[in-house]
Amino acid sequence: MIRIENISKSFGNKVILNNISGVFRRGITNMIIGASGTGKSVLIKCMVGLVEPDEGYVYYGDRDFTHADRAGRIEIRREIGMLFQGGALFDSKNVEENVKFPLDQLTDMPEDEKLDRVNFVLERVDLTGVNKKMPAELSGGMKKRVGIARAIVNSSKYLFCDEPNSGLDPVTSIRIDNLIKEITEEYNITTIVVSHDMNSVMEIGEYVMFMYEGRKIWEGSKENIMEAVEEELNDFIFANKMMQIVREKSSL
Amino acid sequence: MKSIGKYFIFLGVTFTNHGSFSTYYKLFIDECVQIGLSSIVIVSIVSAFIGAVTTIQTAYNLVSPLIPRYVIAQVVRDMTILELAPSITAIVFAGKVGSNIASELGTMRITEQIDALEVMGINSASYLVLPKILATFVMYPLLVILAAFLSIFGGYWAGIVSGVISPADYIYGIKFELIEFTVTFAMIKSFVFAFLISSISSYKGYFTSGGALEVGKASTSAVTNSVIAVLCADYLLAQLFLN
Repeated sequence: MIRIENISKSFGNKVILNNISGVFRRGITNMIIGASGTGKSVLIKCMVGLVEPDEGYVYYGDRDFTHADRAGRIEIRREIGMLFQGGALFDSKNVEENVKFPLDQLTDMPEDEKLDRVNFVLERVDLTGVNKKMPAELSGGMKKRVGIARAIVNSSKYLFCDEPNSGLDPVTSIRIDNLIKEITEEYNITTIVVSHDMNSVMEIGEYVMFMYEGRKIWEGSKENIMEAVEEELNDFIFANKMMQIVREKSSL
Repeated sequence: MKSIGKYFIFLGVTFTNHGSFSTYYKLFIDECVQIGLSSIVIVSIVSAFIGAVTTIQTAYNLVSPLIPRYVIAQVVRDMTILELAPSITAIVFAGKVGSNIASELGTMRITEQIDALEVMGINSASYLVLPKILATFVMYPLLVILAAFLSIFGGYWAGIVSGVISPADYIYGIKFELIEFTVTFAMIKSFVFAFLISSISSYKGYFTSGGALEVGKASTSAVTNSVIAVLCADYLLAQLFLN
């Protein structure tokens, strides 16, 4: 479980996050949604320590991450896997080396065990026979899957996914969404997905936090999001034609 | 002032909290190849021609028949060892290796590869920058030694071809009243310049933000800042050791 309490962050005079609190439970897919520029990515960067919040706390279980010393942070970070928006694969390393990298750096595992583990996670994300390919040779969806494999190879307890569907076609997006959900349930990990894609929300959003202009406006599940009365959330959900049609049909 | 403070904090982070020797060994070797070996050709070409030009221009300026011709070789030797080999190589090195380091780290920054390292609990500054600084520290003085030899050889070749000095005079001039400290001084300069170029370029690349345009700017800024720092250090070291 990850708990955030009263997180605030400003860049200069611009308030990016305004007093945000929430609890992200283990074993379910937690989603942070909102339009572009609402502070979603900054919030998860505060949660993993890439950005320091001005105020507030982030707890991993009972451990206070925000005020932990360097050693304490490293200990927690070694339980974190993160899928970045562009994959963030190391350009100079092939797929196998990319996925093996956390094992090389953070464990004393023998080489053959590392390779077994790498092949296992690559198979888990439906990528076999690409071990020696370089990131530049992969499609967008494959890069995301390699990113997921790298994030879970070290048996992470916490998985962060920043816009996992950006730049992907709808079919690949659903495939990535389902993969994240399956991995979350299979390994019973705490997963937080940042997205602005309503299809993803309806596909995997078991806990959803909606952000608007740096504030948390609404939280709930995909089952009750359509009944929300908040104007900002409704504007966001029904921004696309497809959702407007769904609303019209359901009101008939 | 803020940038200078940030630079020293960056150096502090780079040299502390680093990983094990085995982690860095392969990276160090890779960087030695990338930084050192790939610079040999350009450094060789530049230094050989600089030596050749120095010989011709010195001969052109020595119009008095009272000055012996071997002085040309002596001037080439002292200019090469004291100034041209360490400093001109530094400028070439900053242009080639400094811009390469800044653009590599800048690209890693904007594509979130550095963030990925941090999230894994790895000290990204140390992991990425320390091998580059150490490799430059080892390879740059070797390049300066090579540049000095090739510059003196270039002067010899130009002197013979143009007929401004005989081989015997040139070799005599090279050996004549050699002050050994000049070689030590050149090596001191090499280590200082190596550190400045690698650390400033790494700093510029590491703190890039934005997109491709900013990576280009960081690369240019790495070269200009490194060259300015090298020239300032050159003057200060000359004051300190030769005055």
